[in-house]
Amino acid sequence: MDINVLLEYLPLYGEAFLLTLRIGWLGILLSFFIGVACAFILYFRIPILRTIVKAYIELFRNTPLLVQLFFLYFGLPKLGFHISALSCGVLGLGLLGGSYMTEALRSGLEAVEPMQIQSALALSMNKRQIFAHIILPQAIASSMPPILANVIFLLKETSVFSAISLMDLMFTAKDLIGLYYKTTECLFLLVVFYILMLLPVSVLGSILEKKVRYAGFGE
Amino acid sequence: MNTLLQQFGFDVLFKGTNMLRLLGGLGVALKISILSVSISIVLGILLGILMTLGNPLINAIARVYLEIVRFMPQMVLLFLVYFGATKAFGLNLSAQTASIAVFSFWGTAEMADLVRGSLNSISRLQYETAQALGLNRAQTYLYVLIPQMVRRLLPLSINLVTRMIKTTSLVMMIGIVEVLKVGQQIIEANRKASPNAAFGVFATVFFLYFIVCFPISMLSGYLEKRWENKG
Amino acid sequence: MNEILVTEHLHKEYEGMTVLEDINLTVKKGEVVVIVGPSGCGKSTFLRCLNGLETIQDGRVLLDNEVINPGRKNLTKVREKIGMVFQSYELFPHKTILQNVTLAPIKVQKRDKAEAQKEALALLARIGLEGKKDSYPRQLSGGQKQRVAIVRALMMHPEILLFDEVTAALDPEMVREVLEVILALAKEGRTMVIVTHEMAFARAVADRIIFLDGGQIIEEAAPDAFFTHPQTGRAKKFLESFSYEKK
Repeated sequence: MDINVLLEYLPLYGEAFLLTLRIGWLGILLSFFIGVACAFILYFRIPILRTIVKAYIELFRNTPLLVQLFFLYFGLPKLGFHISALSCGVLGLGLLGGSYMTEALRSGLEAVEPMQIQSALALSMNKRQIFAHIILPQAIASSMPPILANVIFLLKETSVFSAISLMDLMFTAKDLIGLYYKTTECLFLLVVFYILMLLPVSVLGSILEKKVRYAGFGE
Repeated sequence: MNTLLQQFGFDVLFKGTNMLRLLGGLGVALKISILSVSISIVLGILLGILMTLGNPLINAIARVYLEIVRFMPQMVLLFLVYFGATKAFGLNLSAQTASIAVFSFWGTAEMADLVRGSLNSISRLQYETAQALGLNRAQTYLYVLIPQMVRRLLPLSINLVTRMIKTTSLVMMIGIVEVLKVGQQIIEANRKASPNAAFGVFATVFFLYFIVCFPISMLSGYLEKRWENKG
Repeated sequence: MNEILVTEHLHKEYEGMTVLEDINLTVKKGEVVVIVGPSGCGKSTFLRCLNGLETIQDGRVLLDNEVINPGRKNLTKVREKIGMVFQSYELFPHKTILQNVTLAPIKVQKRDKAEAQKEALALLARIGLEGKKDSYPRQLSGGQKQRVAIVRALMMHPEILLFDEVTAALDPEMVREVLEVILALAKEGRTMVIVTHEMAFARAVADRIIFLDGGQIIEEAAPDAFFTHPQTGRAKKFLESFSYEKK
């Protein structure tokens, strides 16, 4: 391995890293909002919307992100919806992640014991108070592990963005290998930057999980 | 009707053997998935059992292996093997061999983790109760332990199968001509005659993946629910 | 005139099965009514009908001459006057003990936070748990949790307290600490309806015993009379199930 080559490529990877991170986090943020909205709809069994949400979840959970991106990026413009590669990446990741986040949050909501709600009713709390003070905090705590697993999964999924010509880490690696054949250095940097992206999430995740757990669960 | 098909770019699918080619592309992807899934299940079960034996060396190695798989996107692994193996060992792996190797490497780790989880989930008391009832070792496994493991393991491993099928779509990125790549070729070849082909073709690919994965997911969900209710 | 709670011809069905049939009961202020009966006789369901956690198909429940009916607007208002303690404690696992007992007074009754906390600490001190105010429920024993659940109900200043088999989930050595709290409340003159399997406790705490079987009130008597001279064969059989004889 040639250290000079590493140093020379570092800025290029740095840029690609920031782009990947930006799309990744925007997509995850979007997926979280979609997940909260859809989990709400499923939990309160809102008619019609509930059917749409269910169809959406099945569609996006049962197809690869790469195919979803191709459809959004190359297919949709033919109907007149033009979006930039960047928005497409965020939207694709958000839609895919939303279907997973919905499941995580929904199962968290449903894991709240019915008796907890009854005891809140007996304390004469109303529906809104029960949801805000009793159901939601417990649901978020118990969906924390799957939500964190989803975040890691989604950050890993960012590796397909190069397919819609976003200059992400994969794109940069492939491009440089093709141009100069410094394969070892290119792959080494690729791995290092992905570890850099995922390690903090993993560490933060396990700390957060412990904290949430300590605050209420594990009887 | 024809103009409508053309407008949404579905017309190319009915030209010549285009639809058959697309299905052939799906076949390539599925072949890679099936091979990788088979290898992963066999090796995963073996590794999973090894991990419950409590040997510190095996556990340490397995731990590192599982962490690598947890951290590295499959796409990165694919690049490492496809480009890296040539460079490092002078091995000239075909793209297909490389992808089967990578997906098996990944799938084995996931499967082993599931197997270990389902083995550990059965309480020691179940084993002791069966022994106390006078069942011998083989009977204990056959009638008490294995049925419980299967009930936990099967839905999760079926779920893993759909994940592996979806992941196979990545192989186009190292040049394998599978369903997405065939789709691109069809769109390219009909650029003039059918400018909107990209919509029709990619919608079809989307749908094809869905009809492969959806029934498998349904089966997994069904088994999980059914066995959960029966305790 | 000092009747707090009245049920008139209360009728409850569940999936086509009659669970409670023509229940007429009057609870006077300061009275302790204990409901006993075999498992599945409908006693817990009856208790839950009293604060509208269960719907009823016929008859009515009145609290201070106001009708309690699930779905009615006044239900949360009426429930403020009825405290309930559950078998499984149902403390909120994500809140500390102090937060558990002050949540409803602050959020529902809009009481001053400092004032509510002051009262809570005084009540916790009475049951010897003021030191646990910042602990989470999972750090407490079952008996401690149940005592906190009683304080949580008291914090709403209810006119009547409902106890639903509050010792059934406890280890035997913790039963007493909970029952003593309830006995103390009875001495204070609190109005209570208690469902329990602890016969010695029932006899000690009750002003009146209701024996429920098959969804109907079979006997209604003063405790000593009920336990020494049950009038019906069903009550006799039920009481015999608590004693052991070597045949």
